[in-house]
Amino acid sequence: MLSYPTVRTSLAFLAIAVVGLAFADISITAANPWRDLGNFFLGVVTPNFFSSEGLLTALLRTVAFAFVGVALGSFFGFFLALAYRSWPVRTFCAFIRAIHELFWALIFLQFFGFHPLTGVLAIAIPYAGIFAKVYSEILDEADPDPGRLLPPGTGRISAFLYSKIPDCWAQMRTYTAYRLECGLRSSAILGFVGLPTLGFYLEASFSQGLYSDAGAMLILFYVLIATLPLWVRPRLIPFYVLGAPFFLGEGLPIVWGNVQRFFTQDIIPSPIRNGEGVAGLMSWAGDLMVEQALPGIWNTVVLTQVALVVTGILALLAFPLISNHFGGPVRRTTGHILLVIGRSTPEYILAYILLQLWGPSMLPAVIALALHNGAIIGHLIGKQTNTLQLRPDATTGFSRYTWELVPRVYRSFLAFLFYRWEIIMRETAILGILGIYTLGFYVDSAIQNIQFDKAMILILITAALNIGIDTLGRFIRRKLALQTMPTC
Amino acid sequence: MSGFDLSGLTASFGGERVLGPLSLTVNPGDQIALVGKSGAGKSTLIRLIHEQVGRKSSLVPQELGLVNALPVFHNVFMGQLDKHPTWYNTLTLVRPFAEDRTEVKALLKALGMDEKLWIPTASLSGGQRQRVAIARAIYRNAGLLLADEPVSALDGPLAHLVMSLLTERFDTSLIALHDVDLALKYSNRIIGIQDGQVALDESSHRLSPADIMGLY
Repeated sequence: MLSYPTVRTSLAFLAIAVVGLAFADISITAANPWRDLGNFFLGVVTPNFFSSEGLLTALLRTVAFAFVGVALGSFFGFFLALAYRSWPVRTFCAFIRAIHELFWALIFLQFFGFHPLTGVLAIAIPYAGIFAKVYSEILDEADPDPGRLLPPGTGRISAFLYSKIPDCWAQMRTYTAYRLECGLRSSAILGFVGLPTLGFYLEASFSQGLYSDAGAMLILFYVLIATLPLWVRPRLIPFYVLGAPFFLGEGLPIVWGNVQRFFTQDIIPSPIRNGEGVAGLMSWAGDLMVEQALPGIWNTVVLTQVALVVTGILALLAFPLISNHFGGPVRRTTGHILLVIGRSTPEYILAYILLQLWGPSMLPAVIALALHNGAIIGHLIGKQTNTLQLRPDATTGFSRYTWELVPRVYRSFLAFLFYRWEIIMRETAILGILGIYTLGFYVDSAIQNIQFDKAMILILITAALNIGIDTLGRFIRRKLALQTMPTC
Repeated sequence: MSGFDLSGLTASFGGERVLGPLSLTVNPGDQIALVGKSGAGKSTLIRLIHEQVGRKSSLVPQELGLVNALPVFHNVFMGQLDKHPTWYNTLTLVRPFAEDRTEVKALLKALGMDEKLWIPTASLSGGQRQRVAIARAIYRNAGLLLADEPVSALDGPLAHLVMSLLTERFDTSLIALHDVDLALKYSNRIIGIQDGQVALDESSHRLSPADIMGLY
């Protein structure tokens, strides 16, 4: 077994996670965690759809922000994709997608305030970076022959429209539709920083202990995502995109003085602003590194590694739930519902709920990250096993799982896991806003203390860390010759 | 330009020479059938000539190079993208002009498939796809036709129909064919390739099927 590079890599990551666990803070601090969890589930099974008139508005805003953000992101991402060969564009895209939607929202909140533009840009900017990358990959894979056969003298635009776009159209459309689902999740969690989407009302209901209201909101959100193919029809999309900007709400007007102050004063490191010279700047940067950046990086990395391995274990345990190599239709339907819930619930919402119930520690964050990402990978791997044809006399039960299925899907399982490594790290950093000591915690604290200069540096460090993990993940996938398609 | 004069044509694959060095002179009015067993280097020769004569030729490659997601009309229309401004081409993508529609439809009628005008090429059969690529080459209307096994997927009568259309539309052509009877019937000059060299270059009317079979 140890002669397989995939097994060796897995064991190395497992070992890192076990060591990380020794350093991680994984206690349950709430006085009565199980009773709270019980109350929450009671709330979910007794949803109250009629308590607050804000519920439907929140849903409408969530959809509107998702549509506008994803549409803008896809529009600009497409044009960035055309120039993706040039390294400044590639670096720019890697940078804007390495910063989480919530961080973008926190930045824009400081100068646009609660204007709809804050939410729209928070989604559109990182999504443009992701769209640029994926679109350019799709365009690169188009069949080059038709382009070569065009008569010489054909204009570049005509050539592009005839020989590239039709070939890529279906794939680009599928990916964009898939991103819309991700956009709905992003839009929902923007509420946690005060925008008028689902997260805002979820937080409000939770803080008042109105679990039935929170349950109703979650159920409506699942229904919204599960019925996506029904209400998002190609013919209706132009109407949604043109109509969505009118449903973003009024928000608060932009104070342009704030915008100017933010760029000319707030984000300038305070020693420079106060003319303290190089020595002042050095000690400021040193303090920032030792007191905030390094502990933040350490906690983010530890939590990411533990969450990554737990995600993997959960995905391997979860995929038989929907695999048609085991059990009957009843179990598979239940499995599908469980996995849909797992992957439709943003990890941020899961972490928020668990944190409310269990108190602040790394445990709720690990569980939340593993539930969401494990459900996504489990779903993809489970679907893959359904395409496998086993010999008629193949063993059944647990032996079938260990001997027939896991060896066959293990490589693509690892591919998905390493693809999501960077996504898990981005989320880990952001969960700090909820009070776990990852980078997001220090960013959020700096913003609370009106130290935007520090916040910006910490966000840049987070972005650099994400780009680093993304590069490492791609290196390992290439080393192990693993291939995958993008997931979000 | 319809004829050409090329020398020093060579091609290597994996460090091993598969074609040439050979020279080839094609005069206006030459309708050449390129014969030889598979692997002799016919496709390589056509590719080389296509690279050399610039792109001033109509090409039907073996892999056809169709845009599968586009309907037959647009795949044929692509042959004349250079003749129109960008706005015209873009509009045609959404809604073709009546004039072009008539022209393309007439061409497809001559190829026996005008009823497929708006069908995406992805859903066509192999023989139909081949005829779309041929229609594109004819619509392109260059002085020279380079075609690599253009009728390999067509049945007897249809193969004859297409070959006679090609000889009628192109005065000068170089067509790789594996069918000896078709080669003799629709050419005035035959070039035989063997082991990457020209092994036969003769007027068609002086050759019999037996002369050509020697190459196989």
